Amino acid sequence: MSRRHAVERFAQAAMLLSTVAVVSGLVLTVGVIVANGARSLNWEMVSQLPSGGYYLGGSGGVLNAIVGSLILAVGATVLAALVALPVALFLQPEYRGETRIAGVVRGSLDLLWGIPSIVYGAFGFTLLIYLGMRASLMGGIVALALVELPIMARAMDEVLRMVPAELREASYSMGATRWETMRRVVLPQVFGGLITAALLAFGRGIGDAASVLFTAGYTDNLPRSLQDPVASLPLAVFFQLGTPFPEVQQRAHASALILLIVVLIISVLSRVLTRRLTRFAVK
Amino acid sequence: MRSAEARPRSRFHWCDPMSFRRIKDSLTTLVAWTMSILVTVLTAAIAAALLHRSLPILAEHPLMHLVLGETWEPMNGEFGLRAFILGTVWVTVLAMLLATPICLLTAIYLAEYAGPGAKAAVRPLVDVLAGIPSVVYGLFGVLVIVPLIQDHLTPFAEEHLAGVALLSPRPESGGYCVLAGGLVLALMVAPVIISVAEEVLRGVPVGIREASLSLGATRWETVAHVTLRHALPGLVAAVVLGFSRAFGETMAVLMVVGNVVAAPQSVFAPAYPLPALIANNYGEMMSVPLYDSALLLAALVLLVVVLAFNLLAQGVLALAQRRAAR
Repeated sequence: MSRRHAVERFAQAAMLLSTVAVVSGLVLTVGVIVANGARSLNWEMVSQLPSGGYYLGGSGGVLNAIVGSLILAVGATVLAALVALPVALFLQPEYRGETRIAGVVRGSLDLLWGIPSIVYGAFGFTLLIYLGMRASLMGGIVALALVELPIMARAMDEVLRMVPAELREASYSMGATRWETMRRVVLPQVFGGLITAALLAFGRGIGDAASVLFTAGYTDNLPRSLQDPVASLPLAVFFQLGTPFPEVQQRAHASALILLIVVLIISVLSRVLTRRLTRFAVK
Repeated sequence: MRSAEARPRSRFHWCDPMSFRRIKDSLTTLVAWTMSILVTVLTAAIAAALLHRSLPILAEHPLMHLVLGETWEPMNGEFGLRAFILGTVWVTVLAMLLATPICLLTAIYLAEYAGPGAKAAVRPLVDVLAGIPSVVYGLFGVLVIVPLIQDHLTPFAEEHLAGVALLSPRPESGGYCVLAGGLVLALMVAPVIISVAEEVLRGVPVGIREASLSLGATRWETVAHVTLRHALPGLVAAVVLGFSRAFGETMAVLMVVGNVVAAPQSVFAPAYPLPALIANNYGEMMSVPLYDSALLLAALVLLVVVLAFNLLAQGVLALAQRRAAR
């Protein structure tokens, strides 16, 4: 008996140790980024475009990357939502939910979820070449939308399935069509959840570097049209870190902190919104 | 057929509100169908596009020669991907060896042992950290893990591990090595593995746990012999998901792994994984003949491996569900 207790003790210690290790590793990551970034983060960093000698240590900031990342991620999220929402509807029982083809669609979403973003980037770039375009805001939005699509569609599917069947049945019994039921009964119920799903994808998109590396390009200016190249925060971190000048590398740390703050704000926002918007939803 | 008679023949009138409502319904159904088909063929379309673009190089060199070839000299028309594939495998396998036991133990702790307070603290943390961008993890690697390896682990290895296979020190790497990539990746995939594994464990019926406990098993015995056994396919899927995430991860690894074209012989040696190869060179060296074709072949190799592992995970899960349903 004492041997079994010793095993129990040992197992619990190992589990506790693992949990502490994981949590402290993750907290340490955030802590190090905050500590290093805060040192060189100032108002100039977030409010100005890079000046001529910026990458040699000249004045300026990463406003181009901040604005660029926001435009890219908003565009990609809207584009992905246009595909993800119909797909999520398709997976509901009213449409093709419980049939074999829905299983195939769900499986495809899982496959898409697993495809590395660098592959989406390479695919996006071959598309651009095929269409005779160069790296641009348009290309970046499409590549990012591909990255975001499976995340959003899966999340929306889960959200829609939480709506009680009785609610839908009540609507059908009044003679509503499927679309009317979705539009007037189901979607208002899960509006908060859908926003959360979109924010989840937005957060993933804004931090993704590999997919926009070839498709969006990089520039020190703000984009004026969909054909212009556009800068992004993850690439700003990457490029500034790659320069041999310590002061520019310091700015990479600050840019990483800006990116981290944006992602954390989105994460917190989605939690708060979920709570607010689902306050009156029928459970 | 009675039903055919009973149903009024659908007559179409623009002014009839009912047919307008039906049209709207059909239209949305059509959109739902179209988008779902789009999603379904997307994977195949990506694979086809990459294959199409790597055909020029496949016409020049046999596939085996490209995948197993040891020399990478694009200027001389030599496109051996072996060093890159081995680099990816080294980094990913190391990351999974580090992450899997720790993450599974953490997931078991969260699902089986942790009190409500610990759960409420750790779970949102894991969720938030799953969303942190890979460049941030990469920067952490550059700031902390690389110096740690250079200043502490390499001297330690020089003292105690010289000559040990797979662990021999390489001071010249400056800390940018397979181990740095593995550690960063392990940290990155941890939230993914933990959240999926915990969900799987929570799905195990309480009844079978109680049955085991009522027979006098300790909690750990119940976990080891009953819960884990029941949850095994789901846990395999969680690990495979983490694996495929790690396998294709680009930026975080690229920043810390050294990027030297040579198959690594030790965890302290630098490596050059496939995604890093694509990210560093694609879009630039387009004037070298077949270069972009070789890089897209590299992307195709990545895609095929990741798809194979994901299909495997789906298969394992489907098998488990069928077994559970019986």
